[in-house]
Amino acid sequence: MEKMVNVYLFGKKYSVPESLTIMEAMEYSGYQLTRGCGCRNGFCGACATIYRIAGDRDLKACLACSTKVEDNMYVATLPFFPLVKAVYDMEKVKPTEQIMMQLYPEIYACVGCNACTKACTQGLNVMQYIAYAQRGEYEKCAEESFDCVMCGVCSSRCPAGISHPQVAMLARRLNGKYLAPHCDHLDDRIAEINEGKFEKLIEDLMGKPLEEIQELYNHRDIEK
Amino acid sequence: MYSDPKLLQSIAKVEAAREHNITLDPRRMTAEEKDTLLKTYHPDYRTQEFATLDFGPSAGEKVPLELKALLQGRPRILGKDIDLLSPDYDTDVLIIGGGGAGSSAAIEAHNAGAKVMVVTKLRMGDANTMMAEGGIQAADKPGDSPAQHFLDAYGGGHFAAQKDLLYKLVTEAPEAIRWLSSLGVEFDKAPDGTMITTHGGGTSRKRMHAAKDYSGAEIMRTLRDEVLNLGIPVVDFTAAIELIKDENGRCAGAVLQNMETKELLVCRAKTVILATGGAGRLHYQGFPTSNHYGATADGLVLGYRAGAKLKYPDTLQYHPTGAAFPAQIYGALVTEKVRSVGAMLINAEGEAFMNPLETRDVSAASIIRECSDRNKGVELPGGKSAVWLDTPMIELKHGAGTIEKRIPAMMRMFMKHGIDIRKEPILVYPTLHYQNGGLHITPDCQTDVENLFAAGEVVGGIHGRNRLMGNSLLDIIVFGRNAGWYAAEKAKETEIGGLTLSHVADFEAQAEAAGAAGDTLSPQLLPDYTRKK
Repeated sequence: MEKMVNVYLFGKKYSVPESLTIMEAMEYSGYQLTRGCGCRNGFCGACATIYRIAGDRDLKACLACSTKVEDNMYVATLPFFPLVKAVYDMEKVKPTEQIMMQLYPEIYACVGCNACTKACTQGLNVMQYIAYAQRGEYEKCAEESFDCVMCGVCSSRCPAGISHPQVAMLARRLNGKYLAPHCDHLDDRIAEINEGKFEKLIEDLMGKPLEEIQELYNHRDIEK
Repeated sequence: MYSDPKLLQSIAKVEAAREHNITLDPRRMTAEEKDTLLKTYHPDYRTQEFATLDFGPSAGEKVPLELKALLQGRPRILGKDIDLLSPDYDTDVLIIGGGGAGSSAAIEAHNAGAKVMVVTKLRMGDANTMMAEGGIQAADKPGDSPAQHFLDAYGGGHFAAQKDLLYKLVTEAPEAIRWLSSLGVEFDKAPDGTMITTHGGGTSRKRMHAAKDYSGAEIMRTLRDEVLNLGIPVVDFTAAIELIKDENGRCAGAVLQNMETKELLVCRAKTVILATGGAGRLHYQGFPTSNHYGATADGLVLGYRAGAKLKYPDTLQYHPTGAAFPAQIYGALVTEKVRSVGAMLINAEGEAFMNPLETRDVSAASIIRECSDRNKGVELPGGKSAVWLDTPMIELKHGAGTIEKRIPAMMRMFMKHGIDIRKEPILVYPTLHYQNGGLHITPDCQTDVENLFAAGEVVGGIHGRNRLMGNSLLDIIVFGRNAGWYAAEKAKETEIGGLTLSHVADFEAQAEAAGAAGDTLSPQLLPDYTRKK
């Protein structure tokens, strides 16, 4: 018999096997999840959760899908958090310092408490990427925030009301569109395709009898 | 950290053989060897796990047992009072599904001037797109060509792909990458702008573009942000439970259900795009899955009841490397990119038993063979079996820091469970990953039902009987955009007639006549993982 632990889901006590994740513990206890459950593997940020181990002063945050239960764990899920998302036209915004002042001015009210970083379910240095955004260093902000799953726990802890994941989202898009080096071979290939350079090649291939295509496939050279 | 003595013993063998294994380049299997391997070990060939459809547009086709129960199941609208005369929503293009295909379609239909609405049963972006890790293919480098891409995909799919769809996929691939770049998707690039590309299983050229190993997440969050910027209405936590037609037999909307309040709503639309994704959460043959929570084949059910034919519904993709240990992540995806950047598949004895970059179906069958008849699987606590994916090889080949830079999500996923993949190998076993088959479409994304379009994983035929890595992120973008354009165009010339659900009654009558009326409520909408006492 597997060892059981006590977890308190929204304050109510349940006894569950100790090997379960918080999400599995909820299902084991009888919850049929609709909210607070997405990819079940740490990529989508649907299952943001805050918890406290009884007797511990620290309030912790995690993703319910990828965190194991602990004995005397008090759990509250945070399946939705009202982030502020500014609306903008990607063709008109430019990667200047002013754009953050216009769209997300609250980032300049950051008091440096670092609660966002402490709360991040991905272990990111959130306060640092906000600092980069303040200075218009979007490439650094993009890199530092890249693993963000936009769960929103950071924002729930922020005294300045910053919507960190949305700030980072804008920084990454600015970086991807305007700052990253341009890819010339992509343009060249698209031009070739539009000129019809490959049409005949593929149509010839498609028109060959099956045996010939099989022969071509089975003996094609593979780039090292 | 592994503690089980048997695992530790096997790891010692893997470590002892690493210096030798790393020098090997195991030969690729011949066509005949692959054929025999698949027929003997691939789950698609377990005939007892399939049944033929008794009635409907694809009567006589073979499908998985679990899917048959839903396709021939009991419609959720039966016995419900639905007022078709006063729709709650009225739109030009209704898009069902908020993943990569649905979002791409929404953006393009909106830009084409149509009034667009998206419904999704969870949140926008709760989709397999978000979980795609490895990359997206496009033949955009000198030395490669769309024809070469076609050959790789056509052969990898066992020469079964619908050629006109595959033609579209490979020729529009570079443009798809440019479109994503213009939206701000961050691809891995060299300082001069050259795309950093790698192999995937079955590719003959290095054409896998990536955003670290968050490729799908990076694409999905950018598309979602763009949908919101454009002000397209997204009705979340709302499932489509039946399609609606007009009196002329054209698709003209859907019956929707609020997932939380259960309220029924009617949406009237000039055209409808099904972008509902795959079916991993049906757990065919009891397999674990790498899919998101909502992957329950809803679109196949809705389309089938409305008269859309299926293409290759009997072919599923089992991703060769699902996480097999620890139990908390059993079935989770370990991206193929781990092999692209240098890790090899190793059995319990420390032997590199295959080339790590065979196609997915062949790799999965080979791992299953290793763990069954060959008896060289690693025995896991609890009795299951798996093989090693020797991740420390990556940094031996490419230097320290490579793993954190190229596959940070994998490093994080295992680190949460105390396993440092830079120092320790990981255990893998095939996991249900992708629905190769689905609804039949023409290159303009039309199903067999007029004004019903489809895009993404719900479609069948693009990839034949096996999909290559990096061709589904590509597929959702190429066909998502096309579905948006064509559905918007068709909406312009459509005058909707009176709404009806008579096709559902007809379907029920066919079921009765065939003596095959099922009692499984469908579509399924979500899996049920609550403990059964």
